[in-house]
Amino acid sequence: MDILPILSTLRRHKLTAGLLVMQIALTCAIVCNAVFLIGQRLQRMDMPSGVAEHELLQIQVADVVNSGNPYARVQEDLALLRQVPGVQSVAFSNQVPFGGSSSNGNVLLDPNQPQRTLNATTYFGQNLVPTMGVQLVAGRDLRDEDFVDVDTALKGLKTGDTKSLPHVTLITRGMAERLWPGQNPLGRLIYLTPTVGLRVVGVMASLVRPNAYDAATAQYTMVIPLRMGADRGMSYVIRARPQDRTRVLAAALAALRKADSQRIVTTRRSFDEVRRHFFRDDRAMAGILVGVITALLVVTALGIVGLASFWVAQRRRTIGVRRALGATRANILHYFQTENFLLASIGIALGMVLAYGINLFLMRHYELPRLPAIYFPVGAVALWLIGQLAVLGPALRAAAVPPVVATRSV
Amino acid sequence: MRHFPYYLQLAWRSLWRSPGLTMLMVVTIGFGVGACMTTWSVFQAASGDPIPDKSARLFVPQMDIWRSAARSADGEPLDALTYTDAVALMRDHRAVRQSAVYPIAPSVFPDRAGQHPATVGGYAVSGEFFPMVDMPFLYGQGWNAADDAAAAPVVVLGRALNDKVFGGVNSVGRSLDIGGRDYRVVGVVDDWNPQPAFYDVFDTGGYTHEGPALFMPFTRAIAANLANGRTACDLEPSAPGFPGLQQSDCAWITYLAELDTPAQVQAYRVYLDAYAAAQRRAGRFLGPPNNRLRDLPAFLDAERVVPGDTRVSFLVALGLLLVCLINTVGLLLAKFLRRSGEIGVRRALGAARSAIYAQFIIESAMVGLAGGAFGLLLTGLGVLGIGAVLQPRLAALARLDGRLLLATLAVAVLCTVLAGLYPSFRAARVQPAWQLKSD
Repeated sequence: MDILPILSTLRRHKLTAGLLVMQIALTCAIVCNAVFLIGQRLQRMDMPSGVAEHELLQIQVADVVNSGNPYARVQEDLALLRQVPGVQSVAFSNQVPFGGSSSNGNVLLDPNQPQRTLNATTYFGQNLVPTMGVQLVAGRDLRDEDFVDVDTALKGLKTGDTKSLPHVTLITRGMAERLWPGQNPLGRLIYLTPTVGLRVVGVMASLVRPNAYDAATAQYTMVIPLRMGADRGMSYVIRARPQDRTRVLAAALAALRKADSQRIVTTRRSFDEVRRHFFRDDRAMAGILVGVITALLVVTALGIVGLASFWVAQRRRTIGVRRALGATRANILHYFQTENFLLASIGIALGMVLAYGINLFLMRHYELPRLPAIYFPVGAVALWLIGQLAVLGPALRAAAVPPVVATRSV
Repeated sequence: MRHFPYYLQLAWRSLWRSPGLTMLMVVTIGFGVGACMTTWSVFQAASGDPIPDKSARLFVPQMDIWRSAARSADGEPLDALTYTDAVALMRDHRAVRQSAVYPIAPSVFPDRAGQHPATVGGYAVSGEFFPMVDMPFLYGQGWNAADDAAAAPVVVLGRALNDKVFGGVNSVGRSLDIGGRDYRVVGVVDDWNPQPAFYDVFDTGGYTHEGPALFMPFTRAIAANLANGRTACDLEPSAPGFPGLQQSDCAWITYLAELDTPAQVQAYRVYLDAYAAAQRRAGRFLGPPNNRLRDLPAFLDAERVVPGDTRVSFLVALGLLLVCLINTVGLLLAKFLRRSGEIGVRRALGAARSAIYAQFIIESAMVGLAGGAFGLLLTGLGVLGIGAVLQPRLAALARLDGRLLLATLAVAVLCTVLAGLYPSFRAARVQPAWQLKSD
């Protein structure tokens, strides 16, 4: 196909052609960036938790009146929940993965260092690892004799009696890799304060923070053998088969209510809901972006249809003359297709530059990473396809113009 | 403009001559305007001034107790105070009005038969909080300084809780069992849920589904052992439980101060610096004074309460609107330039250039009006639908108000008139003789 005649025609429609190119460029740039943003959100929503999410339930209770011994209370509740049919395992935890609210601590490698090495989240509670289905890749789980009551530990912290403090911890592989790259973490010491040293006895494959807002630090997690009493914000975590969960949750709530009719349950949900809730904004954002991209592509396609139809109508006579002079239908069809391809290509080339510029802006103001090169061809192919699809109708209509038009005046 | 009806008629006929193209333009504009206004309504709601009449006079003091600023990149101190500092600031009472604020979640035991105890979300504040934030009272009023000092068991209910527990009647003077103790209701406030929730950004992050269900004196909440929400600690408290937290250097209390004149603001700054310096000498604060005293708009801005997502989706929609406009300009241009023959005839018959401008601008304005109306429809659907699918945390904020509707229409018309200006300019410059000859 000879593109010179096309170029000379376009030169006579500089402004309209220019506007179309601009539109394609903008669409291309926005689509590249939006697809990238969507990809990021989807990737975030896929963040691994390290726990058996489809088998877990969370029940959070608010104790109405502080009656009796809170430690005994927890043991009673745990025993009660274990007896609920379908319950495989129960844990009591200060926080849950993707739960949002979290307890965090500064981790030091040397008790005297002035700045923290990293900030990690701290899970407390019994039976956490087996119930949540956390995998241990090295070492052992926490044992009963490792556990210390929270109040005893706090008293010990105050008096400086290190005997009453916990001495061991589990950490994730991600955290171990950050602290001691390439080395065996087992048996090493980390410090939460200059006086509280914990020996790493086990390494977990993965256990995500409740506040996993940043993928880079999402796996900085430790489990500390502290026994807690019933208190606000603590959760019972129940493991059951996926198909039993609805029934088990209802039965567990009934059992807890039966033991204390005044008890208030503040949260009851499956871990699927926990994840859904945690990532709701990401899902919403991805939804908005998909909507806008669709609208953009539709609008651009319609614009191409409109302009191409207009050009076809305007050039009916010229087309008739070309046909009379021996051009085939295919020639006419290809003419319009090539014209669109040329305009799209210029638009895409400009769009790439613009996409890069928008990405730079977003990187500066919204802390987004650099747009990977793979997104550029994606945007290009999408726009070439849309352009060709949109121009097909008007081009076919042009090809259908009979040669006899050439002999009619106006 | 005596030819106005005539131009309207001309435009109407011209638009109907190519209904497909006209529809295309209307739909395009509608899309762009609809998407833009929907995201804008969310953005606007999220970034709005929660208390416009007062925000310039409300200040949030921040102090850097554990040199946290030295560890963070932006050098910002925490957005909450420790119990010790909050109580000291309350005691010194240097602002016109002030209140320490922290969220509580007490259990309420309704008297009425058939109602179960429930945990409700409320706030521990001082009596000055109510006039400070212009709280809308339905019945009664807030408590006084004597109640604050005595940690009196008094409570101000939100409308929703008063409806639930007392059936919506004037409950002032009645008593309510909260956490196993009787509280006297002194006031009932109307639904109050300003967004962003400026009175407690530390806990809420800025946005709340529901307003506080009740308020009680700060001193009373402390005495009743009503624990707080979020806590930020550098070191674990050295004693267990809520009392331990109060002795610790953990931050968990938001503080609001009303300062009416620049002189008062300046005096308060000096006071804060002096306080921080004294605490440093006493060995409590780990670094030199690093305080902030921002008014509400500046504070909300510094806290970045408006989520980046909201801004990005608005920007993306703005991009969509731009593409739609370019699209419409292209289509209008094509349409108008095709009519040079008609223009030539009109010019030859004595029509002034301004008349041609007027005609074409009216025509593009009509497209804009129709597109705006369509966009209005889409905005309505968008604002309604955004709650179901998109950004649930903020969606509740998006409201269709009259101003938004007017703005939608105005944006559409303005954009198309702008879009029609160049084609009109080109069309009006057509030489009549040349045009007539060429046909």
